[in-house]
Amino acid sequence: MLSTFWQVWISVIILGSIISCGVLITYTSRGMRKEETDQTTGHSYDGIEEIDNPLPRWWVFMFWGTIIFGLGYLASFGLGNYKGFLTVTVDGQEVAWSQENQWKAEVQAFEKEIAPLYAQYSSTPIEELIHNDDALQTGQRLFKSNCSVCHGSGAKGALGFPNLTDNDWLYGGAPAQITQTITNGRQGAMPAWIAILGEEGVTEMVSYVRSLSGLKHDETLVEAAAPKFMQNCAICHGADGKGNQMMGAPNLTDEIWLYGGSSKQIEMTLRHGRNGNMPAHKEILGDNADAKIHLLATYVYSLSHQ
Amino acid sequence: MSTAIDHPEYNYKVVRQFAIMTVVWGIVGMTAGVFIAAQLAWPALNFDTPWLSFGRLRPLHTNAVIFAFGGSALFATSYFIVQRTCRTRLFSDTLASFTFWGWNTVIVLAAITLPMGLTSTKEYAELEWPIDILVAIVWVAYVVNFLGTLAIRKEKHIYVANWFFAAFMIMIAILYIGNNLAVPVTLTKSYSLYAGTVDAMVQWWWGHNAVGFFLTAGFLGIMYYFVPKQAGRPVYSYRLSIVHFWALISIYVWAGAHHLHYSALPDWAQTSGMVMSLILLAPSWGGMINGMMTLSGAWHKLRTDPILRFLVVSLSFYGMSTFEGPMMAIKTVNALSHNTDWTIGHVHSGALGWVAMVSIGAMYHLIPIMFGRKAGDMYSIALINAHFWLATIGTVFYIVAMWVNGIMQGLMWRAVNADGTLTFSFVESVSASHPGYVGRVIGGALFLTGMLIMAYNVYMTVRAAKKDIAATAIAQA
Repeated sequence: MLSTFWQVWISVIILGSIISCGVLITYTSRGMRKEETDQTTGHSYDGIEEIDNPLPRWWVFMFWGTIIFGLGYLASFGLGNYKGFLTVTVDGQEVAWSQENQWKAEVQAFEKEIAPLYAQYSSTPIEELIHNDDALQTGQRLFKSNCSVCHGSGAKGALGFPNLTDNDWLYGGAPAQITQTITNGRQGAMPAWIAILGEEGVTEMVSYVRSLSGLKHDETLVEAAAPKFMQNCAICHGADGKGNQMMGAPNLTDEIWLYGGSSKQIEMTLRHGRNGNMPAHKEILGDNADAKIHLLATYVYSLSHQ
Repeated sequence: MSTAIDHPEYNYKVVRQFAIMTVVWGIVGMTAGVFIAAQLAWPALNFDTPWLSFGRLRPLHTNAVIFAFGGSALFATSYFIVQRTCRTRLFSDTLASFTFWGWNTVIVLAAITLPMGLTSTKEYAELEWPIDILVAIVWVAYVVNFLGTLAIRKEKHIYVANWFFAAFMIMIAILYIGNNLAVPVTLTKSYSLYAGTVDAMVQWWWGHNAVGFFLTAGFLGIMYYFVPKQAGRPVYSYRLSIVHFWALISIYVWAGAHHLHYSALPDWAQTSGMVMSLILLAPSWGGMINGMMTLSGAWHKLRTDPILRFLVVSLSFYGMSTFEGPMMAIKTVNALSHNTDWTIGHVHSGALGWVAMVSIGAMYHLIPIMFGRKAGDMYSIALINAHFWLATIGTVFYIVAMWVNGIMQGLMWRAVNADGTLTFSFVESVSASHPGYVGRVIGGALFLTGMLIMAYNVYMTVRAAKKDIAATAIAQA
């Protein structure tokens, strides 16, 4: 809400400018010739003279036309606290136009229109739905619009963003777990270990982690790190390093690396920690969110179960 | 430069200096433009070098073409026109000289700091605060010198071209200083005095008036002198020039909000900006009508005079882009055009078609006078003609490529499947735009080639003029 002062201020400037244009063309049209002429005003500037021609009639009409259109536009869309007479339907109610209401009205109308299309898939379990090509196509399109920015249009992920096609799961690959991940999101948290392990400890642990996947490592460093792994890392990653899907702790033995498997990258992970963030999509996906999540989960599930 | 070509009454030195720099900065700015256009088509041209990257060179391009090229053209023509139409020498030669060296210092500083990544991040106002202060000082000197010259005029009335120049420089002073108010942190870093949406609104209050006053009102001043001069005809309607002048300057100031459609700006401010933009159509067209109708009785001259062709085609592009602008400001149209290449196409139909072409026409008229020859007496008329066709075809190529790209992008972004999903991902619209990006490079390169031909023509004209002067001197001896 604008205060009375600002409401008056903007109205005077805006309506005043428009009305002044009308006054200007009315006033300057007085005493104007009716027809075109060759007669000049008598001035000459560096040899340039000016003819005393009237304002072109079509131009004056066009000017008036835009003034009337402009005032009509303001009356429709509003000015300050005056909301205009244009309305849109939001939550079943007629409300004044605003960009936000227009957006809500358009989205709601559209969601209503497509609701039956989504609803038909919702009752089919994901394990069955992966054999329905139409459902998969819609799921894939939803994926491209909402997920591909991080996971890639081929769902193969990127550094820091999990590959969804390799049947390796941080939080579990069962349909219910995938649905849970998309609906409520996930927060992955690997703490920074430099303060606890120290420089030497981090170097040793890098070798230990690499040894779990059978990568090149230094055996003496591995031996030194073993008790430290049991003490600090096993609680999440397990004594065998195979991870824990309950808390999203990655399996360290399968040579699949979310943040890279080189010594340098593992060192970065150990030293500074990592924060993974899968956003909760229940809110993001709007009115038909549950049905959309069902199709998204179907598509993601299908990537490793064809 | 030689004093033998100096006018006994008028200060032509500063006009000559700015006229030559118009050509030089035009080539520099447009070369940068063609290069960054090529980067958008072939991103490898960034060369993984920060100071060659698009983000740093784009403001260099815009600043160079608007303020270096356009600015020099405005300085040259306004200093020329105000003296001729007031029949008096400039108010102060010292101030004139100061504006020339000051303005070119600003340009050189911009050319150094922008590639270094020093920027206030406001569009068309990227320069950091110490340079802004220099701009303000130079600009105030310009205003004082121009208005001072009007004050000491020997002509009873003030010619319409001078009204436009005066309005342009006063408004630019207010808006430039207003928008650039900032809190300095270090010599090369400052923070805007405004925050959030207010900052955006102030920025586009300036940004759109860089177009409205710098690139429109100023260049209408150029048009009002050189079109009647080159056509040898009186201005069509004195009355129309008064009406469209006052309407244009009072409405243009409020149109900037159309840059912020569908943003955090309050709805009523967006609506007001749209309405002002639409009402601007008639005042803008007043200038086009007055220029075009001035040619009645002189249309046959277009067949033989490529300089007049430059001026007339510039008016056509002016009329077209001032029609397109109000249309694009309508909310429903803007919902499609916003953030697409259509905007860039619109800007360049104004920048290349109107601003550059009218400046080029004016320079071809003016430069020979600066070197003691008749108006428009360039070394080669055929080369002017070649330049005209390169410029026209280049502009058309550029804007058609951007129209096609822009409308295609707008339609692709909003296309939805029956299941409510987006039909295209963003990257698909990028790859579909590639042919248009290549087309733009071609259009820009054609335009730039024309400028290089102009440089050669100007060089040969100056050389011939110097020989003439030498010959006259020997004959007199």
